[in-house]
Amino acid sequence: MKTSTYNMPDQTGHFGQYGGRFVPETLMQAVLELEKEYSRALEDAEFHVELQKLMKDYVGRETPLYLAENLTQHAGGAKIHLKREDLNHTGAHKINNTVGQALLAVRMGKRKIVAETGAGQHGVATATVCALMNLDCVIFMGKEDIRRQQLNVFRMELLGAKVVSVDAGSGTLKDAVNEALRYWVTNVRDTHYILGSVMGPHPFPKMVRDFQSVIGKETKKQFIEKEGKLPDALVACIGGGSNSIGLFYPFIEDESVEIYGVEAAGLGLTTEKHAASLSKGKPGVLHGAMMYLLQDEDGQIQEAHSISAGLDYPGIGPEHSYLHDINRIKYEAVTDEEALEAFQLLSKLEGIIPALESAHAIAYAVKLAAKMSKDENIVVCLSGRGDKDVQTIKDKLGGEE
Amino acid sequence: MDKIQKALSDTGKKAFVPYIMAGDGGLRCLKDRLLYLQECGADAIEIGIPFSDPVADGPTIQKAGIRALKEGTTLKKVLEDLKEYKHEITIPLILMTYLNPLVAYGFYNFAENAKLAGIAGCIIPDLPIEEEEIILPALDKANISLIRLVTLTTPAERIKEIGERASGFIYAVTVTGITGTRNNFNKDLAEFLKTVKSMSPVPVLAGFGVSNAEQVEEVCKYCDGVIVGSKIVDLFDQGELDEINRLVKTADAVSI
Repeated sequence: MKTSTYNMPDQTGHFGQYGGRFVPETLMQAVLELEKEYSRALEDAEFHVELQKLMKDYVGRETPLYLAENLTQHAGGAKIHLKREDLNHTGAHKINNTVGQALLAVRMGKRKIVAETGAGQHGVATATVCALMNLDCVIFMGKEDIRRQQLNVFRMELLGAKVVSVDAGSGTLKDAVNEALRYWVTNVRDTHYILGSVMGPHPFPKMVRDFQSVIGKETKKQFIEKEGKLPDALVACIGGGSNSIGLFYPFIEDESVEIYGVEAAGLGLTTEKHAASLSKGKPGVLHGAMMYLLQDEDGQIQEAHSISAGLDYPGIGPEHSYLHDINRIKYEAVTDEEALEAFQLLSKLEGIIPALESAHAIAYAVKLAAKMSKDENIVVCLSGRGDKDVQTIKDKLGGEE
Repeated sequence: MDKIQKALSDTGKKAFVPYIMAGDGGLRCLKDRLLYLQECGADAIEIGIPFSDPVADGPTIQKAGIRALKEGTTLKKVLEDLKEYKHEITIPLILMTYLNPLVAYGFYNFAENAKLAGIAGCIIPDLPIEEEEIILPALDKANISLIRLVTLTTPAERIKEIGERASGFIYAVTVTGITGTRNNFNKDLAEFLKTVKSMSPVPVLAGFGVSNAEQVEEVCKYCDGVIVGSKIVDLFDQGELDEINRLVKTADAVSI
């Protein structure tokens, strides 16, 4: 299918058969109001000025596009450039979205915020903007994720947020979203839900994509300035899919650019312990949208597994589901082990400690670069920094080092 | 007038519709529980299908769903089970299920089998009117009513629109929140129920958070009956059958 005139989602929030607004009636008013307020904000020059100002002075944009020469040499093929989202305030791309949504919440007169978090990066980014804009903040986080991301829990609490542990299910991101949705249903009159990825009911997938697409817009401009052309390939990791769609979206219509999304293969795609929703799932409805889901034949959602808390989700956003079906993006998978190797590789070769999530993208980019020629170029979204993962890595590597 | 609407209208009393979780206590309990509720005088029964991620449900129904899933309950097995004894049940059976088990089943395949199992209606809590076209043709073909919900956050104009599409009955959600017992209702509840009633061509039943005789009586003043879920689920779990009988009969006592 030609994507030279890409214009998704449609008026009703669908990307082909995906997306939509599959939420309880109690939330419909809030979802419709958000859609209206978002459209109004897009027409409002003042909103853009305010957002730009915060992105520049508070978040620290634009982020560098860095040619990783040592990594390139190691891979032995195409040049690997890193879009340094790890250098944003709070250490990941998540804040691009939370700043935008918090501004919208204030416009809607909602001074209370609820959010879910997996790795804790979205929780920290939400708690941060709530501190800045003086908003009450409740974050739901799976019990297992609280265990493996202690540092981020403490950061959220320091920032004034209330972190609520979710014991249900596997105690990871999916369960945190369930509980955040239940909280939102109960408190919807005065509370805005800052959803952290390109999922959930319309307008979230579109809105989060728009806020995150600053990554791809900057990348395009920076790359053209440096190289005078477009990159040959883009690579980013995918849990729900927000950093990846942020990088990819401004390039969707550039058909010469090959795009690769990297899912978490966990212990391997032939095992049951992975988070590869596109490679191993099928379309269904969860958390407000039709999308690819890991599920059994009766439609019960299965638990995902990944060493990285941020990719540990059994679904993938509706727009990715659509782009997969029309073959615009190729989706690949990288195991826990490969991600761990890439984590150490980037640390040692470039002096950059990546988030475990981003390490999945690095692992794939190294494989891809080796197959490409030296005059070609890959841009990888380095979505976050790895400080939060150091404890996990230390436990994993244990006696090895 | 469809089967559900008929069963809930002109009965000379307020309707009482209990909810049970299919497969809670094992699927073998389902038949006995349905027959017992019918004998107690329930006007229809809502049969919950367990789902891994029930975002509209509170702790009681979440736990019942987990118990049912652990027993290996699936939508297919529930429908197969019902087919065996549907002739013994004369009151309408309504399935309450999240959308994804229906997506996995295939909408037409589901509707056909639900019809064979004697299902008269479906309540799908994560399917607002904006998205209902996805399943409506399949339900219509099998003559199964889609029961729509209205809530305290639904504006009057939207209540009107939902009323125009209504079949079976309208499910008026009495709390801004998830299922589960509550001590008090919102002060706007009476006004809300009156509004829904005035805009609905079909019976209006109130549910979510209704758990005792006083609440049944209070809510029934403004609408045609109640749906009681979490409390019934709890009572079955604890084996308190007499208490269920008493609760079901509370609606009979409310003057019309």
